[in-house]
Amino acid sequence: MQPLAKLLEAALFAASRPLTLEELASLEPEAGEHAVRAALAEVRASYGDEHGVELVEIAEGWQFLSRREYAETIERAQFALRPRRLSPAALETLAIIAYRQPVGRIEVDEIRGVDSGAVMDKLVERGLIEVVTRGEGLGRPLLYGTTPSFLEILGLKDLEGLPRLEELSVALRRPTPVDEPE
Amino acid sequence: MTTPITRDAGSSGFVVELDKFSGPLDLLLHLIREDEVDITDLPIAKIADQFLSVINELGLNQAADYLEMAARLLRIKAQMLLPRRLGDDEWEDPRAELVRRLLEYQQIRELVDWLGRAAEHRAERFGRGYEAPPADAPPAPLQIDLNDVLSAAERVIALIPEPMLHRVVPRPLDVEGATARILALLEQHETFGWSDAVGPQATLVDVLSTFIALLELAKRSSLTLSQPEPFGPMVITRATPREAA
Repeated sequence: MQPLAKLLEAALFAASRPLTLEELASLEPEAGEHAVRAALAEVRASYGDEHGVELVEIAEGWQFLSRREYAETIERAQFALRPRRLSPAALETLAIIAYRQPVGRIEVDEIRGVDSGAVMDKLVERGLIEVVTRGEGLGRPLLYGTTPSFLEILGLKDLEGLPRLEELSVALRRPTPVDEPE
Repeated sequence: MTTPITRDAGSSGFVVELDKFSGPLDLLLHLIREDEVDITDLPIAKIADQFLSVINELGLNQAADYLEMAARLLRIKAQMLLPRRLGDDEWEDPRAELVRRLLEYQQIRELVDWLGRAAEHRAERFGRGYEAPPADAPPAPLQIDLNDVLSAAERVIALIPEPMLHRVVPRPLDVEGATARILALLEQHETFGWSDAVGPQATLVDVLSTFIALLELAKRSSLTLSQPEPFGPMVITRATPREAA
């Protein structure tokens, strides 16, 4: 591997979270984005089938992850644990926020038909959603959006990895999205 | 993504638990699916009745969200019963808004399944130095005051079912009966004694009723009460018309 690829490999190895392209590029400012991308591709290629880990594009960044086939064995040995599952209420809330962000609490309540305050507080605590702006309406309500951690727990590269509403079995008029991924 | 929504199956028949439903819309969808009815042509009367019986069964009728939905269903049911002219283009199906919300919610449920699967899939690969989140995140410091505690206690107390207790009702005093009896005696006798007024084998309640009746009649000047000697029997005398006036 070329020196830049080795540097990126070391950085990705050292980090315990996905590193974005900008973060990786900052290691070698002179290299330029194009060279970094090429080096990333080189690292990825060298972690082909020969290795137990692979370089994965996730949450708008890159991260070494262990291969799926070893999950059960590693877990049985308790070297690592799966994250706790999210409750249906949490997933419902996340789904609404993911598709309608930025969105306020009242709209989430309205769609779910139940008060979602406590669930949203928990999601904020877990870093899966955050306040992104304030609305125009009465009292300038806080509007929420998803965070990179949301993408990370779903293994998504970006929000475009979410299924499109048209692909769902329930076709529906489009909501009034502000920033919906196309 | 064309997989239809599936609930957490594994339950046969209609076994309901509180945790199974994440809200009134979820419960409604469940009922609709159980009955295999067309969501866009909702048999509202039937669904409303089922909804009410389920929330009663679950004790969910205490929850405002479910109550609100119950009220909404009943209102739509009532609106559906109102007569409408044939060919009335202005008529708007009272179910329209509910159907829209149900479809929207159904879509969310489908996304929930997708998100759940994606998270499961992601959880099969571990990152470096990954630490599972602690089993229990430290709870946020409570921000409550005494009033919150009290109202919470009241809510909990309200949920406690009424214990099966027999209400002990004290035997009411029959002052009216005693008054009638004394007036009858006054008709017949100018004067009579306490034991005549009370009657034979008087109970405590009879004694009290009679005594109060006597005092009341004395106040109204229907009779006079006298006691010729200390601790002696009371003498009841009919009041003369002059005195009564």
